[in-house]
Amino acid sequence: MSYKTKSIETLHEELKSGQIKANELIQEAISEAKKYQKDYNFFVTIDENATYEGPIDNMLAGIPCAIKDNLSTKGMLSTASSNTLKDYIPIFDATAVEKLKEAGAVNIGKTVMDELGMGSTGTTAHTGIVYNPWDRKRMCGGSSSGSAAAVAAGIVPYALGSDTGDSIRKPAAYCGIVGYKPTYGLVSRFGLFAFASSLDHVGVLTRNVKDAAIVIDNIKGQDEKDMTSINLDQSLYQALDKKVAGKKLCYIKEICNIDEYENPSKELKESLTLFQKTLDKAKALGIKVEEVSIDKTLLSAIFPSYLCISCAEATSNDSNLTGILFGPRGTGKSVNQIMKDHRTKGFSPLIKRRFVIGSYVLQQENQEKYFKNAQRIRRLIVNKVNSLFEKYDGLILPCSAGPAPLLNQDNEEQISTNDILENHMAIGNFGGFPSITIPNGFVNDLPIGINITGKVLDDANVLNIAYAIESTMNYKNQIAKENTK
Amino acid sequence: MKYIPTIGLELHCELNTKSKVFSRGINHYNEIPNSNLDLLDLAFPGTLPVLNKEALRKAFKMSLALNSQQPKELIFDRKNYYYPDLPKGYQITQQTDPVGINGYLEIAVDDKKKKVLIHDIHLEEDTASMDHYEDFSLIDYNRCGVPLVEIVTEPCLHSAQEVVAYLETLRNTLKYCDVSEADTKMGQIRCDVNISLQKEGINTLGTKVEIKNINSFSNVAKAIEYEIKRQTEALEAGKSDEIIQETRRYDDTTQSTIRMRKKVEAIDYKYFVEPNIPKFKIEPEYLEKIREEIPELPFYRYERYVNDYKLNKADASIIIKDKDFADYFDKCALIMDPKIAANWLTVNILSILNKEDISISEFYITPDLLKQIIDKLEDKTISSKQAKEIFIKAIEQKREPKDFISSNITQVSDEGYLKDVIQKILNNCSQQVEEYKNGKDNLFKFFVGQVMKETKGKANPVITNKILKELLDEK
Repeated sequence: MSYKTKSIETLHEELKSGQIKANELIQEAISEAKKYQKDYNFFVTIDENATYEGPIDNMLAGIPCAIKDNLSTKGMLSTASSNTLKDYIPIFDATAVEKLKEAGAVNIGKTVMDELGMGSTGTTAHTGIVYNPWDRKRMCGGSSSGSAAAVAAGIVPYALGSDTGDSIRKPAAYCGIVGYKPTYGLVSRFGLFAFASSLDHVGVLTRNVKDAAIVIDNIKGQDEKDMTSINLDQSLYQALDKKVAGKKLCYIKEICNIDEYENPSKELKESLTLFQKTLDKAKALGIKVEEVSIDKTLLSAIFPSYLCISCAEATSNDSNLTGILFGPRGTGKSVNQIMKDHRTKGFSPLIKRRFVIGSYVLQQENQEKYFKNAQRIRRLIVNKVNSLFEKYDGLILPCSAGPAPLLNQDNEEQISTNDILENHMAIGNFGGFPSITIPNGFVNDLPIGINITGKVLDDANVLNIAYAIESTMNYKNQIAKENTK
Repeated sequence: MKYIPTIGLELHCELNTKSKVFSRGINHYNEIPNSNLDLLDLAFPGTLPVLNKEALRKAFKMSLALNSQQPKELIFDRKNYYYPDLPKGYQITQQTDPVGINGYLEIAVDDKKKKVLIHDIHLEEDTASMDHYEDFSLIDYNRCGVPLVEIVTEPCLHSAQEVVAYLETLRNTLKYCDVSEADTKMGQIRCDVNISLQKEGINTLGTKVEIKNINSFSNVAKAIEYEIKRQTEALEAGKSDEIIQETRRYDDTTQSTIRMRKKVEAIDYKYFVEPNIPKFKIEPEYLEKIREEIPELPFYRYERYVNDYKLNKADASIIIKDKDFADYFDKCALIMDPKIAANWLTVNILSILNKEDISISEFYITPDLLKQIIDKLEDKTISSKQAKEIFIKAIEQKREPKDFISSNITQVSDEGYLKDVIQKILNNCSQQVEEYKNGKDNLFKFFVGQVMKETKGKANPVITNKILKELLDEK
């Protein structure tokens, strides 16, 4: 393959110099997408007619990309991988999509995701399971499963995703790529099909940190269509200088110390060893790394609080899916029957379970105990982490207890012994913190990731630290090699 | 045993903004259904609410006009329920920290002042309108997302009369603040009534019954009267178990209230804070600027007109109904006798406005032009009949009244001249004078007629009458 491991920066140079032609690049991406589609199922829609005729006046101009199927694309099917929207063609572009188009980016297709953004396995889409390009027996993680996999497979250099709990950063880790969720509001949510509005972020999956900065530079900014959007008058790309000596990072003992775990698995041990090795590399760059301690009770409350808040908001946000104005019309004698039929047939069991949880925690008699307490815990955690950010530039943590799990395991929402380690990245959503996952090597020949989270609007600092640490390892621009073991 | 009704009201009022409260959809009545729509109004996935600043300003204006307390920070809440008139599946409203709490509105009932306590006032979005037919329904999303303020009173009203006085004062207040057209016929104001009856002398409230969505003030009164009668009869018959906590509706054709649902079937709306609208601070300067835009409100104008200008209450009530009309009156009152001005406004001017279906701001005769007529009327240069004629001519020809007050139409008020004319007539009509003296009183009118004939109608009738009487008495 001529372009698969190339960065956006390189592709841009080659397009500008005429070494490669945009439409050849796009055609190659389309044919790669189609090649993988049968066995791996990365895309809901592949746009075989995608072309580019404009000038190469922007870093993204003429370069193919993919977009998660919960971002509204004008005139192109946008299903959020749900049967309730299986034929929905929007009449408007999401702001992020519109900005990509303005920058000359070429969308070659919409990627499969966990239905409506809920789920972390890539197994709940209406078009079927997304398979990990490193190992077809394994999941990609989710919910930005197809976006992560398409980038990892080298089909496109970047893909847009969305992140409500860790939906960009977890699949990025499992697919051996970079996943970046900027500060809440930095990228407009207009046109992102809401899952949990207070936690939802638009972000990007790439194969290196610099590409992530380039893409977000092009789609960020205050948007009059999203009241929670904000400006950051700074080029993230230009802020990358690897000058990180003197920066300070901390990691949480309760998550990273192997002694905290009873009967740790071999994978967990290896993951935490790799994590410590990377900390040493960070120290070698002149970064100060310190261990901090956070009450385990508080850390254990992250996932249940996340579930309460996200399900509550989701049950309300997805109340527009009635099949009355759009989506397949249900049958029945009354309006209520028609809506019920549409929703009964349309949603997967996971979605229904989450709606039940959401409704339950919002009920008047339960709200104080569950929903409001979850919000209090959210605030306690954010306050705690913000107090760390007074002293540290960021929090550095492993992304998971090991590589992508096998698909035949029943992984969905089981509280496990690795509960805290598997779910801590929701901290980034609780506080709207900029958070990035980069590859951190291999366990059992499968990729794992490392995550850096910083304070609100300190995106440039977080990216720069990630950029420096990335340079100490050999995983930059890597693409998936099918593991046949 | 006497029963005292206690009534609380929830009034929904559409604000007169250009666009909808959270979308760019046009906020204007349109007879083509489903034409004033924005993406959010149909709840397409990915759409977000963006608060209309003008709607917020108007909501705060009402909050201030109703003497309420404003929150330090603004938030909105979601009220979740499924109904086809609500495409998002939730309504954005204010449950936690509304734009106003603990306010009051002063009203006048039977010459007595009353403070109606306002529990809260909040800003929210309207739903789509639906027409139900036998086996199908039609939805018009034009109304979906129209800004509404809901004004909720404490249970502090005790009769239909009080309720109507409150509603009328409130409607006038809404119009004065220019926040709403407040037209019940257009459905711009809709009202829910909560009513309970308790025995006189007992302080605890009786069972509360809610009557929803009444669309005119007269129907509010009828619904309340019906409900008082229904509940009194039940209580007097010892059937208090017939009065249960429930929601009823007013049926126009039978003029009665009909049960919709019992309280046990009440919906849990699962309120929570709207996450798409960030909490933001309300600065005192912002509120102060809005407060400065509130004009003198109708109740206080009414008081001023009655107390300071000594207008009769009927005239005062008519004048305050429309702010521009009252403003017109205030200008007149500065340059002419307020009572005469009030009389002209409520009789001559109002009839022209009604006939031509125009507002006072479109009316040709300004207070200064009106003064030209009133001054001449007051110094008796012209008769009131002439004044009216000049008034009409000026409007018809769009000319200043003074153009029509020429020397040949002015009244003859010169007593010496009139005395000569009358003397001459009486001398020529000795037979009629004789008959008059013998008791034929109605001949007086004949003599007046002769004077008018002689003076071509210009004789001042008052002076003419006076001199005629004197001269006839001398005979």
